[in-house]
Amino acid sequence: MKIPRHKMPEQPPAARARNFNEVPLGYDAETAKMEAERCIQCKNPQCVTGCPVNVQIPEFIKLIREGDAPAAAKKIKETNALPAVCGRVCPQEVQCEGKCVLGKKGEPVAIGRLERYAADCERGECKVEIPKLAPSTGKKIAVIGSGPSGLCLAGDLALLGHEVTIYEALHKAGGVLVYGIPEFRLPKFIVESEVRYLIDMGVKLELNAVIGTAITIDDLFNKYKYDAIYIGVGAGLPKFMNMEGENLCGVYSANEYLTRANLMKAYDHPNYDTPIMRGRKVAVVGGGNVAMDCLRTAMRLGAERVYSVYRRAMEQMPARNEEIHHAEEEGIEFHLLRNPVKILRDDNGWVRGMEILKMELGEPDDSGRRRPVPIPGSEYEIEVDTVIIGIGADANPLLTGTIPDLKLNKWGYIEALEDGKTSVEGIWAGGDIVTGAATVIQAAGAGKTAAKSIHEYLTNKGDWPKVPAEEASE
Amino acid sequence: MSKFKILEKEMVVPNIYKFVVHAPEIAEKSKPGQFVIFIPDEEGERVPFTISDWDRDEGTITAFIQELGVSTMKLAQMKMGDHLEGVVGPLGIVPEIKNYGTVFVGGGCYGIGAVYPLAHALKEAGNRVITVIEARSNYLFYNVENLEKVSDALMLATSDGSSGNTGKVHSILEELGEKVDKAFFMGCNFMLMMCSQATREHNIDTEVSLNALMVDGTGMCGCCRVTVGGETKYACVDGPWFNGHEVDWDELFKRNSQYVMDEAMAFHHFSIGCRQDEEQGRVEKSTSKKE
Ligand SMILES: Cc1cc2nc3c(=O)[nH]c(=O)nc-3n(C[C@H](O)[C@H](O)[C@H](O)COP(=O)(O)OP(=O)(O)OC[C@H]3O[C@@H](n4cnc5c(N)ncnc54)[C@H](O)[C@@H]3O)c2cc1C
Ligand SMILES: Cc1cc2nc3c(=O)[nH]c(=O)nc-3n(C[C@H](O)[C@H](O)[C@H](O)COP(=O)(O)OP(=O)(O)OC[C@H]3O[C@@H](n4cnc5c(N)ncnc54)[C@H](O)[C@@H]3O)c2cc1C
Ligand code: SF4
Ligand code: SF4
Ligand code: FES
Repeated sequence: MKIPRHKMPEQPPAARARNFNEVPLGYDAETAKMEAERCIQCKNPQCVTGCPVNVQIPEFIKLIREGDAPAAAKKIKETNALPAVCGRVCPQEVQCEGKCVLGKKGEPVAIGRLERYAADCERGECKVEIPKLAPSTGKKIAVIGSGPSGLCLAGDLALLGHEVTIYEALHKAGGVLVYGIPEFRLPKFIVESEVRYLIDMGVKLELNAVIGTAITIDDLFNKYKYDAIYIGVGAGLPKFMNMEGENLCGVYSANEYLTRANLMKAYDHPNYDTPIMRGRKVAVVGGGNVAMDCLRTAMRLGAERVYSVYRRAMEQMPARNEEIHHAEEEGIEFHLLRNPVKILRDDNGWVRGMEILKMELGEPDDSGRRRPVPIPGSEYEIEVDTVIIGIGADANPLLTGTIPDLKLNKWGYIEALEDGKTSVEGIWAGGDIVTGAATVIQAAGAGKTAAKSIHEYLTNKGDWPKVPAEEASE
Repeated sequence: MSKFKILEKEMVVPNIYKFVVHAPEIAEKSKPGQFVIFIPDEEGERVPFTISDWDRDEGTITAFIQELGVSTMKLAQMKMGDHLEGVVGPLGIVPEIKNYGTVFVGGGCYGIGAVYPLAHALKEAGNRVITVIEARSNYLFYNVENLEKVSDALMLATSDGSSGNTGKVHSILEELGEKVDKAFFMGCNFMLMMCSQATREHNIDTEVSLNALMVDGTGMCGCCRVTVGGETKYACVDGPWFNGHEVDWDELFKRNSQYVMDEAMAFHHFSIGCRQDEEQGRVEKSTSKKE
């Protein structure tokens, strides 16, 4: 008889919509074991091909089945250093779980939840061990940016005996994991414990260090004598829509809104000094994870009505299914096939509303999704006092603009080969600053690949290839 | 020495404090007109302050901080030897330093201290530097000896006339009667606006260091956006220096007032907290006396 996929207990919607505690509460040992039983241990597991870093899924699930969760966590960590994070935030439905054979006829194995369970047990039972490091190579590597990409790379290189220093512009390490993704989805103590783990491995962390200003790339090579540099600075430049009214009081970029709420803990103002607007009627533009995080944060900050304004249909939203589902449960109102035209101003320079245009789905575009087409004359106004533009991010030129020989593409992202090598010898890059906004596990995977490449280069210096590669530059 | 230690802290005039902070990498790269972000403590905001001097050998930077709200009050209560949670910088662009001919440098409130490196650099570039600083009354001036050293003419403008020159920076500018080729201003936004209006009438190229609200200071959040010449700019990375004749002042004042209510609440919350601490202190003291 088929066992259905096990639900993970959650805070009830009415309660959680007003607090910042984590929403899903995680499997207990028994449920985890039962869910693990569902995996049929495929000889040729498709799930593994769906995971960007090929986590050994059947193997780790088997260990959970045998009751050894910490061993399962170690298994996962052979390829993914951040299981507690990825188990929570990976878009599993389009990655590992999207490929699970059980999903063909029923529901896939809850790989993400099991991954989270394994990692939480390992941490909870204090079974996280600092691995034995290879003897020191005497080589020094500077990592710029402490997002998932930089963290993973740092861990791998430290393991191989290199001396690694991470430079982070902000006053906390973790990149989007601390400034973007909210506490209710990814508790900050989890990111902190990942960072602590690296420090225990001997990785050095320099916070408040904006590379390109006080310390330049030249300084890193010539003054501090680094042998290699990894750029993992993410895509930290907010996108606006260039519509009327975007500079009014009450309009935020998603980055600002989430940074205030998460990194600066503005939800706990005035115990924390940074304020945030607690709008009564809030509209968030966009349909990705970023937008979902803003919507749900606005609700938690006490809004009466929270509107999601998205120009395509629900099925086309790039956000994780779970986030959309949670947002709906929490009372977010979806205005789909709608695009804002302008933000309306009151007499005092504050937002009083938004003018919105209705859209319909037309022919498929390059991405294969049906293109939203405006319906002329369908404009109407909604009343809001806060607007958050959550349509994604671009490349921030703060660092890349200081390295003249570094090749960028036309959007300002760094041109890099598969293994992270850039057009400047000794500099690798990976994560969102190469691919554009992507996912945590892709950024982490890029760090892993680059770590291998850096290690090879440092142990037997070969020729530096031409970047961009001929075919890649097309 | 550990980083971000406060090596010197002194109230130079009522409400304005001089801070000397250990931050060697920042001192090494500081240039005139740039700023840093201070994070006072774990709960603190990220607050921008102009780098008002630096000592590359000692690895220190100086800031003059005017006490206004919670963050600056917290800083004002910190002591020599305390550590800031973080200092980030140097941030922002450097205004073009070259020989313009005669330059007018104006400063008010924190700007009295903050214009010094700029005046210094302009002087070294061969300009005739006319510096004018403003305050309500004569006793509110500070950093005057430093400014004297780098200015060909230094004038003190006071609202009450106690310095001899009655008025503000912009009124002195109006009465100057000397050809000025370029002007730079630092101080509160209102002063920057008044000064920009004065120079516009005389067709003097003007750059002002805008006070926009900031969070990260690295172009990541967009909090600091200002409209200059009809375009949206980020004060932290495109500025803080902008052409004073092109700034949309109305928008800037509005945007800067977005959190007045929250700030007032935080101020109240914080000052009550302080009073409790004080009372606690008094109780402790009185009990220790008894022993
Ligand atoms: C709100 C939000 C929600 C998301 N939700 C999900 C999700 O649910 N699932 C998922 O898989 N992905 C999600 N993503 C995407 C994912 O977080 C990113 O793809 C990933 O974090 C990219 O990692 P990274 O290491 O490349 O860079 P980042 O995480 O962006 O980190 C870069 C770090 O570099 C620092 N830095 C930048 N410039 C400098 C400099 N000059 N000097 C020093 N340091 C510098 C930055 O301060 C930052 O800390 C989300 C993104 C956002 C913004
Ligand atoms: C690039 C840059 C450089 C700066 N350099 C300096 C400096 O060298 N020294 C310094 O003292 N300040 C400087 N400032 C201003 C400083 O950042 C603010 O005064 C500070 O943020 C106030 O924080 P707070 O929490 O104490 O006050 P808040 O609680 O934020 O404000 C309290 C009250 O003061 C008002 N206020 C805030 N800022 C100003 C201002 N600049 N002028 C007048 N009223 C204001 C607010 O509207 C509010 O009513 C600079 C700002 C920028 C953007
Ligand atoms: S890392 Fe992400 S995609 Fe890979 S197995 Fe884990 S949850 Fe799935
Ligand atoms: S595809 Fe599904 S059932 Fe097969 S090994 Fe992977 S998780 Fe187990
Ligand atoms: S302060 Fe965040 S972009 Fe300028």
